[in-house]
Amino acid sequence: MSVTAKEATRDAYGRALARLGGVEPRIVVLDADLFRSTRTSLFAERFPDRFFEMGIAEQDMVSTAAGLAMAGKIAFANSFAVFITGRAFDQVRQQVALPALNVRLCGSSAGLTLGADGATHQSVVDVALMRSLPNMTVIVPCDGSETERVVEASLKHQGPIYLRLSRYETPAWTSGIRDFAIGKAICLREGRDITIAACGVIMGEALAAADLLAEKGISAEVLDVHTIKPLDTDTILASAAKTGRVLTIEEHSIIGGLGSAVCEAIAERADRHVPVRRLGIRDTFGESGTADELLEVHGLTAPHIAREAESLLRAGSVPDA
Amino acid sequence: MISQDQLVVLSLRAREIRLTLLRMMGAGKAHHFGGSLSCVEILTALYFYKMHYEAGEPGHDDRDRLILSKGHAVPTQYACLAALGVLKPEEVPSLKTLGSRLQGHPDVRKTPGLEAPTGSLGQGLSFANGLALAARLDGAAHRIYVLLGDGELDEGQVWEAAMTSAHYRLDNLTAIVDRNGLQAQGATEAMKRLDPIVGKWAAFGWNVLQCNGHDLSALCAALDEATAVRGRPSVLIARTVKGKGVSFLEGRYQYHNAALSADEVARALGELGQQSMEHTD
Repeated sequence: MSVTAKEATRDAYGRALARLGGVEPRIVVLDADLFRSTRTSLFAERFPDRFFEMGIAEQDMVSTAAGLAMAGKIAFANSFAVFITGRAFDQVRQQVALPALNVRLCGSSAGLTLGADGATHQSVVDVALMRSLPNMTVIVPCDGSETERVVEASLKHQGPIYLRLSRYETPAWTSGIRDFAIGKAICLREGRDITIAACGVIMGEALAAADLLAEKGISAEVLDVHTIKPLDTDTILASAAKTGRVLTIEEHSIIGGLGSAVCEAIAERADRHVPVRRLGIRDTFGESGTADELLEVHGLTAPHIAREAESLLRAGSVPDA
Repeated sequence: MISQDQLVVLSLRAREIRLTLLRMMGAGKAHHFGGSLSCVEILTALYFYKMHYEAGEPGHDDRDRLILSKGHAVPTQYACLAALGVLKPEEVPSLKTLGSRLQGHPDVRKTPGLEAPTGSLGQGLSFANGLALAARLDGAAHRIYVLLGDGELDEGQVWEAAMTSAHYRLDNLTAIVDRNGLQAQGATEAMKRLDPIVGKWAAFGWNVLQCNGHDLSALCAALDEATAVRGRPSVLIARTVKGKGVSFLEGRYQYHNAALSADEVARALGELGQQSMEHTD
């Protein structure tokens, strides 16, 4: 796939699942009356015996997936991100995270980029909920190429994973990246003056912001932090040590997501003062609108990101240790 | 059919489980006495009559699986597992203490012989469905048993799961409802009316059986009948008495989760010992 062709991570996910179903017989897939939207329909057509339609019953779906995983299956449970993390939180807590089972909770149509359906359907705290659970790995891929690698890597991973997926179409920013590993951040662009740590399908805005900054002579490093937990603290700290400041970008509440995770890591482990700014959803719910309109309203487009980066750079020289 | 000799052995086993339970829970600490005592015969009939379960081999693939959706009754399961040699008799008194394998509610990563993480109510039947679907996919012959509390049927997820079992025609699964009529704060019918409980399960597509949940002969016969039914799941409504076997605990919701004094434990053990004597006479 070329970098310019656009694809949603949910499409890449559905394709990968249907492909890997042929090589990994332990894969089972559950859905809660959204299989056309979550793209598990591709798997269902090829492997009907291993696909379970659970009806509009996310709690039942998650617990059933846990039972299948207990019996040795790799269970992919699917719904919209807002339902699988919120509606079924207690089932995830008790029956997936506590026993550390091989359930993959796949939250589709995540974030503001869900668009017109509005606040009830826009998951803006799903990463925070899942990140708070012991044993849970949290992954937010930024494009189709990365999503395929996550699904592949998930088959060898022990323990539960929350995989955040989107319907927002993006170019394949990571198609040229050779190595992918869960928990290892990817440097998409090297820079000296500021670190932009981003995740998910708004990666394009972070990269475009780096272009805007370059026009002003500012060299921004862009990290693709696809795994929010466990966080690749080493890569983030090394980049922060080089640039001296970090800006985080996420299509999620600034409370509990990537921005929080980066702040926690830097506060505890950086050996000098590193200013951090978080761009995301500022403790509010979403609303109806197109994906691009909502990103604009919440300050998550390239010009906003570039302005925030400049502001952080202007905020004064970093006091050195 | 259960023979008269088997029945005598099972009855003694049930008494032993009750005595182990009382010694395990002891005095001075709050425990789920009521709901643990009400399901003693049910678990005895399952572990020592109905289920294919090799003593001392809790990880064997062919074993039948028992899930306690009413996870607060796990002391009864511990007592059975101790009798089977899966747990050590000497660790039984460590129930709910720091570092013990015997956690307050089932923790599958800590305790051998447990099949499902439960405690937060309403989730066990869904989990059991997952095990039953996996067994079918694998062509495995083992069966899945799941014990639900009657108060637990307030949880909506139970009915989501009941639809799933029926939709997928899970005839390798048997549910048992410990119908003791009491939940934490009062009678099930006063808290939120549950009856007609039989009609509810039947309407959800289940084969419904009923029996006296303390009559081992009736329990074994009903479990045999349930497992003979093909094409749909079976549920056994086992009518029980909360706190069964100890006169001052019977039928009292106040002992759902409460502490006994040393004197009360001694009286309870005395009553159970007396019952053992009567039975062997």
